[in-house]
Amino acid sequence: MEHGSIKDSSSSTFSFADEDHTLANSVRFALNQDPRVTFCGYSIPHPADALVNIRVQTTGAPASEVLKDAVQDLMVMCQHVRDTFDKAVVDSKVSGSVKAMKIKP
Amino acid sequence: MPRVSALEMDDVPMGQLPPHIQLQRTRVFCASDAPTQTENIQYSGAYASMGVDNSFRLDDFVKNFRVEVARLDEDDIEFDMIGIDAALANAFRRILIAEVPTMAIEKVLFANNTSVIPDEVLAHRLGLIPIKADPRLFEYMSVKSDQLEWLPNGSEFQLVTDNSTSNSNSNSKPKTYTSFSRSQTSLPEFSEDSIALKHNDITIAKLGPGQVVLLENVEDEKAEELVKKCPVNVFDIEDIGEGKRRATVARPRACTLCRECIRGDDWENRVALRRVKNHFIFTIESSGALPPEVLFTEAVKVLESKCEQHTSVIWTDLTEDNGSTELKLVIANQKA
Repeated sequence: MEHGSIKDSSSSTFSFADEDHTLANSVRFALNQDPRVTFCGYSIPHPADALVNIRVQTTGAPASEVLKDAVQDLMVMCQHVRDTFDKAVVDSKVSGSVKAMKIKP
Repeated sequence: MPRVSALEMDDVPMGQLPPHIQLQRTRVFCASDAPTQTENIQYSGAYASMGVDNSFRLDDFVKNFRVEVARLDEDDIEFDMIGIDAALANAFRRILIAEVPTMAIEKVLFANNTSVIPDEVLAHRLGLIPIKADPRLFEYMSVKSDQLEWLPNGSEFQLVTDNSTSNSNSNSKPKTYTSFSRSQTSLPEFSEDSIALKHNDITIAKLGPGQVVLLENVEDEKAEELVKKCPVNVFDIEDIGEGKRRATVARPRACTLCRECIRGDDWENRVALRRVKNHFIFTIESSGALPPEVLFTEAVKVLESKCEQHTSVIWTDLTEDNGSTELKLVIANQKA
């Protein structure tokens, strides 16, 4: 649910029911990396309520559009994580080699 | 001499971060007193003054993200997720702990419990027993307690009463507990895997990997001292010719960040102990119902479905805006 004003669509608060840090922090991460966003943050008004409020302020674009893009970015990232993971599991079942910890700065 | 802005000086690189800031961005510094630079810099404009764009690009993520499986067996998986933010890695961890469905006993109806374990404790213990059944094959159904019905013929009623009478005679604690595993042996599906105290938990531990960089070449006696300092054997000694030997970081995965190697006089200047911010060692231990790699895939799917659900909500909010605008207008007018 969106709480905002019609005069200024660039800043809004969104209430997500039945959600917690899991989604809210991921969305905050995705929003923060969007150059259109000037501020975003989330809060859980009461730990006993399954509700998070996500505040989005943008440079001018409608906050709901920016939020929607962020959530969709997150979805694409999830899909990529899943594909990569599945491939890695298949690879390890085939070869079983360890290449990790080759760390570059 | 003309005045030049500090950012336009020759030795200030434009379009790329100076090495020390790049290091602060990508590493957690583990000093002997406390770790520093622990937060992730997420804001897109964080380095705008240096001409560096910190905004997120999907194709960069796709290019840089890697998964490397270190260990995979029946119940355990250990893999490295490289190039992902802590927010997402933690989301997966939280979902694995709390939101991936598993089968468990939810409601227990006691006909007669004369054991030393109180009803509620026993019910809770029953609820902790993993059931080897694929939860994806079932539909979630919630039953209220008053809807529960006791079915003596279809249940293990007879066995339970048998056990409880034998327990009242012996009154020993372990027998009371084990009697319940015995009552399940008559069920063929659960006879082997039901009450297995060894693996009745789903443990998920996530650690950032330790990375050790030797700041100067630690040679000869100092090298030996360093190898001895580390309790988990991270360092090794290599020969560099001319009778000289040097310490090397041989097993960074073994590092537990005990900081023993940077303790003592001046060692902090010889060894730099850092963590890579976007590299996660993920360990998933399955309860046995599903293989661990499927658990992770399920967790990612849960996050995906959350996203999907909320995009549709935001989208309907957007399209329904015409209806609610009038209401908002009315409220705005009243305030004005």
